[in-house]
Amino acid sequence: MTKEIMQTLDRSGVGGSGRSRSSERLAAIERGEPVRPEVHPSVEKEQGVLDIVDFCLWYGTAQALHDIAMKIPKGKVTAMIGPSGCGKSTLLRSVNRLNDLIDTVRIRGDMVLNGASIYAPGVDVIELRKRMGMVFQKSNPFPMSIYENVVYSLRIDGERNRKTLDAVCERSLRGAALWEEVKDRLQESALGLSGGQQQRLCIARAIAAEPEVLLMDEPCSALDPIATNRIEELIHELKGEYTILIVTHNMQQAARVSDFTAFMYLGRVIEYGRTEAIFQRPRLVETQDYVTGRFG
Amino acid sequence: MSRAAKASSWGRRKTGRRSMTLYAEGEPMVWLTGGALGVALLMIVFMVLYVGFMGAANFWPQPIVELATARGETFLGEVTRRQHYRPTVAQLAGVPPEIRTVVQRELAQHDGMVERRLVRTGNFDLTGTRFHWVSGYDVIEEHRPEWALVFERMEWGNFYGYPRAFTVDGRLVAELPEDVWERFRGTHSEVRDRWRARKRLETRDIGRANREQEQARLAWVEAERGHARGRVGDEALAAARSAYEETLARVRQEHARITEQIRELNRENARYAILVQTVDGREKALHLEDVVRAYPANRLSPVGKTGVFASRWREYLLDDPREANQEGGVYPAIVGTVTMTLVMTLFVVPFGVLAALYLREYARAGPLVSAVRIAINNLAGVPSIVFGVFGLGFFCYIFGGHLDEWFYAARLPAPTFRKGGVLWASLTLALLTLPVVIVATEEALAAVPGSMREGSYACGASKWQTIKRIVLPRAMPGIMTGMILAMARGAGEVAPLMLVGAVKLAPDLPLDFSNWSGTLGPLPTGPVHLDRSFMHLGFHIYDVGFQSPDSEAARPMVFTTTLLLIGIILALNIGAMVLRSKLRKRFMTEAF
Repeated sequence: MTKEIMQTLDRSGVGGSGRSRSSERLAAIERGEPVRPEVHPSVEKEQGVLDIVDFCLWYGTAQALHDIAMKIPKGKVTAMIGPSGCGKSTLLRSVNRLNDLIDTVRIRGDMVLNGASIYAPGVDVIELRKRMGMVFQKSNPFPMSIYENVVYSLRIDGERNRKTLDAVCERSLRGAALWEEVKDRLQESALGLSGGQQQRLCIARAIAAEPEVLLMDEPCSALDPIATNRIEELIHELKGEYTILIVTHNMQQAARVSDFTAFMYLGRVIEYGRTEAIFQRPRLVETQDYVTGRFG
Repeated sequence: MSRAAKASSWGRRKTGRRSMTLYAEGEPMVWLTGGALGVALLMIVFMVLYVGFMGAANFWPQPIVELATARGETFLGEVTRRQHYRPTVAQLAGVPPEIRTVVQRELAQHDGMVERRLVRTGNFDLTGTRFHWVSGYDVIEEHRPEWALVFERMEWGNFYGYPRAFTVDGRLVAELPEDVWERFRGTHSEVRDRWRARKRLETRDIGRANREQEQARLAWVEAERGHARGRVGDEALAAARSAYEETLARVRQEHARITEQIRELNRENARYAILVQTVDGREKALHLEDVVRAYPANRLSPVGKTGVFASRWREYLLDDPREANQEGGVYPAIVGTVTMTLVMTLFVVPFGVLAALYLREYARAGPLVSAVRIAINNLAGVPSIVFGVFGLGFFCYIFGGHLDEWFYAARLPAPTFRKGGVLWASLTLALLTLPVVIVATEEALAAVPGSMREGSYACGASKWQTIKRIVLPRAMPGIMTGMILAMARGAGEVAPLMLVGAVKLAPDLPLDFSNWSGTLGPLPTGPVHLDRSFMHLGFHIYDVGFQSPDSEAARPMVFTTTLLLIGIILALNIGAMVLRSKLRKRFMTEAF
């Protein structure tokens, strides 16, 4: 399956006539008119874990997200692709309300995690974030030992039982495929690890609290191909156990790791469906153009 | 593009290159900036070297010369300085006729200038002066007598002379210089040991007895005050009074016992004396007890000189001052400086860090925060004496006055905290150095990567948890830098201290491990006596250098004390820097 998609990607430029197709839809978006996203029925059949309901977001007066409506399927990997500045990361950071840290952000709409509203008044943001794990573009291990990095979320909950902490540490590091490499130096500084190891450590940290959703914001963009490969394998292994929402710039990566893909453009979801459908049989020419590299 | 065009464009670039050389040229700013740095470094290095040399060489024993002049005077002492000067007509008129021609020839040769030496002749109790200038042309004979002795005394400064006899109970027991010196050396150390024992009795034991008496008296006064307000019954008052009288009786006995011991020691010490003769033939008996150190300067081997040098340094670092601070040690000033600096650090770092945390982490950026930041930076430019005045008015009089009323009422009218002391000096300097800590901490906080904070928040940490576990550890090296700067600034500050607690001579140390009764209001502070005034090295430099009766004698001391102060600040800084580099290794290693 993935191989076929790769072939499709490699054929970029072959299927088209060579000229850039002017798109009525993109033009409408640029004029700021509302455009209905193309959501494949395959998504609707899945059991959702996170429902994004007409979500809008502004940085000051600039609107970054326009009426996003998405259902994130449970236990699957959902990738968000799109050109720079299309709002992928903003959307991801809205899921665990990390955008709250920015003073000028305003939102409208809601997100629902397993039936509970995320943006309802009175929601405890700290409790909410504990139900999600997040991995960032640049690995950000804390200035402490490997062990303390992994059990950080338990520590801030006041967990002191050494046995529990040890068990979580080992389980998480095994889950992040890092255990064998660091088991003998858990008490050493996490900052001494290599870039790829640091990123896997961040994944271990993110899954330590057994989150309902794992958010990944371009987790491989600062890594070399070998480290990228390790992380992608890891995403494959984590799939099923965790619902993963991944933002990526790299379309091959989206094709390799994800079950569902959403194509975003200028703060809107353009097309959303099964990954192979998006890459091989997109319903919209705009998606076709983007995944084959004609624009963006 | 045609081949020819390609070649020509390539060729043009080549010619352009050929005109350049590999050597950098035309960078005048390198010279300007480097030169500025060089000049600055040169001045600092020169100052440090000068202070270092003058300070360290101070204690090296100098040879003693005996000079006979044409006027018939003789001088015995150490040459401390040389200079060329232009003698006045009156001075030349006093030159004896037999050497006048020699003098005139010398003057003509040296353009009217002659050399003169400053001789430290000591013997202030006999001559009323410590130094003499001796012009080069005046000297007709000069030698270094073998048995010239230097006596450093408890009072009256140095004595230079020849040994004549050693007496025990007024009887002569030795008369030859070798024998006298041998007897002196054999007896002197035990006499000094007895003297030290006496001093310990006078300060520590009598002090303890007095403290006991004072505490009993305070309890009684407290009871009387309570009685006046009807809170203490007649019986309790009578009990307090009788307790006081009991203590008083016991303390009197203790006093009598100690006084008897002291008298015993004094009696034994008074038996020994050394009879010395000055260069002009006057004799004087020196009690061994009054002699701190004596040595035959011209007989000393290099090892012996090193011994005197080391002994003087030991006294300087570990003993009390004498002779109006011009001689002896600066131990109380070292203790005072270090105690004050550490107490100051204890105040300024937590306050500064908390203030910076609020400014950087909690306060919403806006004109008010900017204004506060500017105000803090300007605080660093306020003259330090202003802080001293503020400290005196606010801390001593208002704060201290209230403390005295609330907690030390029984001691009134004698003030406890309503006067200068370590606490107020530390607080004043803490205020002075607060901007340094705030600015450094703010910069350190700003340098913590946002990605780390986000990572922490994404794990479900609250703001304070993020600050405590991520931001502060990561910012710690920068905070330490602020602390180092504040300590260096605070330890070297003098002007405000003159108003809030630094004194010329403090009777007690602010850090006293033989007395654990220090209090701050209701809090016990153990051996730290925050109410006590203290000696300070910076103030010591000012006092010895500019307030002493004999500035010539005090000069070397100023250099040594400056060297010591620089050394202490350096030591404090190095300590903090080691700590910082350890933290940095732990928190800042970047791998990629």
